[in-house]
Amino acid sequence: MTSILFDAPGPRARSRNVVLSVITVLVVLAIIGFIILRFTESGQFTAAKWKIFTFPLVQKTILSSIGVTLRAFAAAAVGSLLFGILLAFGRLSDHRWISLPCYWVTELLRAIPVLIMMMILYYGLPPLGVHGITPFTAVVVALIAYNGSVLAEVFRAGIESLPKGQKEAGFAIGLSKGKVQRLILLPQAVRAMLPVIIAQLVVILKDTALGFIITFNEILFQANYFGTQAQYGSPVLPALMVAGATYIVLCLLLSGIAKWLEWRLRRGPKAIEIQPKVMADA
Amino acid sequence: MNTLTDNLELFTTGFKNTGILFIVSAVFALILGTIVAAMRVSPVPAMRAAGTLYVNTVRNMPLTVILAFFALGYPKLGLVPVNFITAAAIGLSLYTATYVAEAIRSGINTVPVGQAEAARAIGLPFMQSLTLVILPQAFRSVIPPLFSVFIALLKNTTVAAGFSVLEAGAIRANLSERGYPALTGLLWVALIFVILVIGVLSPLQRYFENKWRVAR
Repeated sequence: MTSILFDAPGPRARSRNVVLSVITVLVVLAIIGFIILRFTESGQFTAAKWKIFTFPLVQKTILSSIGVTLRAFAAAAVGSLLFGILLAFGRLSDHRWISLPCYWVTELLRAIPVLIMMMILYYGLPPLGVHGITPFTAVVVALIAYNGSVLAEVFRAGIESLPKGQKEAGFAIGLSKGKVQRLILLPQAVRAMLPVIIAQLVVILKDTALGFIITFNEILFQANYFGTQAQYGSPVLPALMVAGATYIVLCLLLSGIAKWLEWRLRRGPKAIEIQPKVMADA
Repeated sequence: MNTLTDNLELFTTGFKNTGILFIVSAVFALILGTIVAAMRVSPVPAMRAAGTLYVNTVRNMPLTVILAFFALGYPKLGLVPVNFITAAAIGLSLYTATYVAEAIRSGINTVPVGQAEAARAIGLPFMQSLTLVILPQAFRSVIPPLFSVFIALLKNTTVAAGFSVLEAGAIRANLSERGYPALTGLLWVALIFVILVIGVLSPLQRYFENKWRVAR
């Protein structure tokens, strides 16, 4: 690999790199080894602690909790994309009475923690007489509100970074303002911003785990429930390992599908190369 | 208004702990993130691999799981006991460091190639060209993404409320015990966050952006 940051290594640099590599590997192995040692010594790897995960019913419950997480993710992802497009078009409107409120809504939603939004929906609204707020709706609506406003900024940055000629060409062939936005600008902006949009989708998937705090029965909630079963030795760490590994697999799968999609899109008519200036928001 | 004035000490304790969590985690995330970013561009393949492994593992795990690990799982290991706020600070630092590392790494890529080449031409080794030439310029260009990471960190501190830390996110549970309406308390918390983000952190970002603007 060549890098602009350092010269191609000569004999001395090569031997030094080998020494540093060995030290790094040793340090990483020491850290991992220490963790495994502590886990073993405190009995986290004993069969008794993992027994609970061998029951078919427990496995089924975990699988169904993955389904619950994925359902919440799908609803929140579609909702945030639509809400984001709506807010972005609102902000780009020529009418100030539309663009200004959209600006304030975007700024406001981006400044409130998602968890506080979930709590407002789940604990705050029922006493006012709003019925039928399940943890699922609270999680999905809060995720749509927050990620929609983040995605709105992404779409807006994408549309604004397109060359001016695109819009003018659209008007020149007689398209209306809405059609120029919908048919000309948005598809190109989405393609240019795809990496950021995907990163934000991963954030949505991860943030469904916040539902744990408002008793939404997703992966972490189920894992914690099994982890506190005293008759199986309270396997908190094994349960958290299962939950953590599940999330990593889900996120990597989502990134993989997204990478494949991006590759498919890039094969099509040549996309305009724009440097995205915005990053996904944790 | 009553909900705020009657429980002022609850709100001040809550936001004081939020502030402590935020500042401690921000400092450690910045230090750790810079080290990881440097590892990911270093000439040593094993260091690059270690940095990538850390970032990819932690970034693909929800913060809630990481905090659960430190708050619920760690005590089972029989190591030095830590209180919940320390556990939360460790979890937040480790999580945020990955985002800091990615932001700084993208900043390193924006530094013109000529800068690195000039540094190498005058004979600077990797560490010196990185710390004396590349990173100071990279930091300036990543102020906006770095501040969005820190704004996200400030909001993420509320997750610690789910793990027995008395901070802003935990105000609701305490208010409910005292018989005050949850919604009013939560709206006050949301308002304070809006003020902190739009009124404090965003102007701070604009100030640093103007002060450290790279003249090219």
